[in-house]
This record gives sequence, structure tokens and C-alpha cells, in this order.
Amino acid sequence: MSQTDEKKAPAERKIFAPVVNEETAKFWKAAEEGKLLYGWCLACNEPHYFPRSFCPFCFSTRVEWREASGEARVYSYSIMHRSPAGPYTIAYVELKEGPRVLTNLVDCDFKKIAIDAPAKLVFKPSDGGAPVPFFTLA
Amino acid sequence: MSIKGKAYVMGAFEHPTREAPDKSTPQLHVECARGALEDAGLTKDAIDGYFCAGDAPGFGAMSMADYMGLRNLRHMDSTETGGSSYILHVDHAAEAIAAGKCSVALITLAGKPRTGSGGPRGGGNAAAPEAAFEMPYGGTTHNQYAMCATRHMHEFGTTSEQLAWIKVAASHHAQWNSNAFLKDVVTVDEVLASPMIATPLHRMDCCVVTDGGGALIVTSPEIAKQLNRPKVRVIGAGEAPKGTYGGKVDLTYSGAAWSGPKAFAEAGVKPGDIKYASIYDSFTITVLMQIEDLGFCKKGEGGRFVADGNLISGVGKLPFNTDGGGLCNNHPTNRGGITKVIEAVRQLRGEAHPKVQVPNCDLALAHGTGGSLGTRHGSATLIMERE
Repeated sequence: MSQTDEKKAPAERKIFAPVVNEETAKFWKAAEEGKLLYGWCLACNEPHYFPRSFCPFCFSTRVEWREASGEARVYSYSIMHRSPAGPYTIAYVELKEGPRVLTNLVDCDFKKIAIDAPAKLVFKPSDGGAPVPFFTLA
Repeated sequence: MSIKGKAYVMGAFEHPTREAPDKSTPQLHVECARGALEDAGLTKDAIDGYFCAGDAPGFGAMSMADYMGLRNLRHMDSTETGGSSYILHVDHAAEAIAAGKCSVALITLAGKPRTGSGGPRGGGNAAAPEAAFEMPYGGTTHNQYAMCATRHMHEFGTTSEQLAWIKVAASHHAQWNSNAFLKDVVTVDEVLASPMIATPLHRMDCCVVTDGGGALIVTSPEIAKQLNRPKVRVIGAGEAPKGTYGGKVDLTYSGAAWSGPKAFAEAGVKPGDIKYASIYDSFTITVLMQIEDLGFCKKGEGGRFVADGNLISGVGKLPFNTDGGGLCNNHPTNRGGITKVIEAVRQLRGEAHPKVQVPNCDLALAHGTGGSLGTRHGSATLIMERE
């Protein structure tokens, strides 16, 4: 990745307010308390993300939503240059608990972003909605 | 039941426009339909099956069927898998024909993202279950496909130079296409020097944005026999979705890993038998991953496979996108699936430009990815032969 010369992700980019529905309301309520939830299936013992009312692997409804540690590592990323508000980084990070989660890597030196780099959870306000989980380099 | 030999692509038309400020999207659809009918030597009232996707304005297939005056329809299908829809529609049309549900199927695509509205956005819908977990992060086609490239480079050592060869090959073909949006031959260095859009993809790793469209006529064997056109027989097809699987994300492969083997098995041929391949080229990385997943080379070896002109007709082992593809020729309404089938039909008929025509081209493949390689997409593979 040669052209990663920008120092900081801009904080100015407006964050879409997440559209909350009946199934996901408690995820966004937890987000307001600074907690990231993921799904855990009590039938097949598999984690999933984003959390659902059922397990997308075995289809059981015996699922509970657990709080993630916030520890992760970078699975892949791209620095988006075609952005009026300045470059930003989209990424998948792999949670310590297993699932790979779409996010942005914020508040970090773009030059230091690399696959497998450790990352940690931060929340940012959205444009009129619940806070949104992001990651930054640990 | 198999579709092998049960249907023929007898009409194919690519709209010559790349900028259509004075035409409506429905008008482009009907112009494409007219072009494909004239190519096949059929008239409107012969159409008894109609297929369209999310680019068709209005109420599924109903608005366009009503607008065009399709009065004899007995089969309709508006399956939406983004840019691969129209490749999948050929499969569905063959299935419907094999089951006796229709005998002359029309497939249309048209739109004007260049001079009009942005065109359809498959899945970009706030009611989608994933929306709240993806929309805040500024995902676009560019940066989502780019994440696949980043990971592919990490796992397999693929380079930007290798990706650039895909654009270079497309540009070598486009120079002979008078309708191509970009006709200039480019070099690897020029691709690498073009502005970075979403790392590691440069501007020239991305397809063009064009107005236009295309249409296909798929018929029963009985109708095909009556027509005075070279006969292009559908012999195999496969379709498959791929997604994020509850967080078990793997960005190094596409749904072609499933749709491809299904199509090859049905056709009874192997990747090495294919004389010409239309490979969806929304981005250079799209081509590279699909070539691997379809089995033209081993997983991870796509970078070496596409380098040094191996995709250039007359030069390399796998002539691809001889119309210039989405990277240079045309990506009408931000969806390239139908042009993939159209160029494969030209090749099988021997009607491609003489400078890019593959000699004795009797077996061709068209493959598409619709949606996002980085999140969820629909893959469709189609194998056709000249009778």
C-alpha cells in the first residue's frame, strides 16, 4: 500500500445514524452504554455478527447476545481517497471472540495500518442516532 | 433435468450509446429490445417470456412489459442479483423454455448513470437487515472490492502491477471497438500512475460509468431452427450467492467458486476447454478472483496468470472481454452482465472484431458478479457453444 500519506482519519465525515428495528434495538441500547454485543448460539456454540434473534449457522433461536471484549485485529482494509470529507479507512476486523466485523479504523496514522495489526473498540456519535462502534489501532 | 441444449441465444444487441442525455431509461430498454429482436429476425409478438432486474423502472417486469406492449407473455422473472442478473436470466430463461413455460424470452438491461440518475443500487436499502451494521462505515463498491484486493495481496503476494495487466489487456481490445467509451491502449505504468481511488485500486482499476444497455433473445430449439442466425446453444449454467456468513468473512474468493463448477458440470466441459471468456470486470480484482474461482488457474495464482498479456486475444492463453469490457467499453447502468453474454455470443458467431476474434471459437463462458465482492453478491456462470 504505497499511497497512505494522510496522517489522520478526519473526524468530520458524518456518520449515518443506524436504522434501529425491533430485533436490533437492544444492540443500539448497549452501544449507548459503550458496549459492543455479538450473538452466541447456545445450541451450536458459535458466535455470530451482527447479532440476530436466531443462529445463522444452525437456525436455533437459543441465542444470547454477549458483550465483546473490544479486542480485535485487522483482517483487511482500504483507504478511501474518493471522499469529499477527506480519506477514511474501511476495514474488517476480527474480534477476539471470532467474528469478522465491518468497521472503520479511526483516529490513527494510516501508515501504521496493516493486516493483523491489533485494534480496539471505540464508539463515535452518529448523525442523530445511537453511537456507532469503530476500531482504532491498539 | 438439465438445461443443456434446451435453449439458444438467438438475438443479442448492445446499445451503441455511452451518453444518452436525450433518452429516457424505458426508451433505452425498448431500443435494446428492438435491436435484439431484429438481430434474431423475430417480431415483438413472438415474445412470450420477459426477464428484467432492478434497473427496469417501475413495478418489476409489469411496467416494462406494459410499456413495450408485450401482449403474449406467459412467463416473467425479475430476479435481482445486481450486475450478474442478466447472465442468471439466460439460465432462468433456459429453465423456463425447457419446462415449456415460454419459447421466446426477452432479457433487457438499460440505464443512464452517466447523464441521468445513479441507477439501481442493489441492497443499498435502509430496511435491509445488514444496513445498520454497514451504512455508517461509508462502504462503496470501490472500497469494498478494494478490501478483497488488500487481502488477496496479503495472502498470495498479488501485486498492483499484476492487476494493472487486466486493464492493459482490456484496453488492447477496446482500441478496435468504435463504440468503446475508452479506446486508448494503456500501459501498466499508466494504470499505476492513475489516481488512487481506494487503496490498492487506482482509477484505471475501476470500470467506466456509461449510459446504455443491451438485450438478449433466448429461444427454444424449435424456434432457433427457423431463424437465419448462427446457433448459440446454452449448455451449462450455475448461480450462487455469497455473503458475510454471520462474521465468517473470507474476502479471498467469490461465489464463482460455486457457480462455476455447477456450470462446468452441467456443460460437461473443463476450464481448459474454454476458447473465450467474458469475465465481469467491475474492477481488476474482480477479474482476478473470478478467474481463480472458475478454475482457469489455481487459487492464489491469478496474479501470475493475468500478467504479461495472457488475457489479450491473439497473444495469451485466455482471451477475455474482447469488446473492451467494463474497464474500457461499457458498463451500462453500472451493471455489466448483459454485455458479457453479448460479446461471448459475438465470439461464438464469429462476429467479433477481426482483430480480436478468437479462431474457431466454439465454446465460450460468460461470468458475472453482482453486488459487492466485499459483502454480499450473486454469481452467475453461463457456458455456451456454437452448434
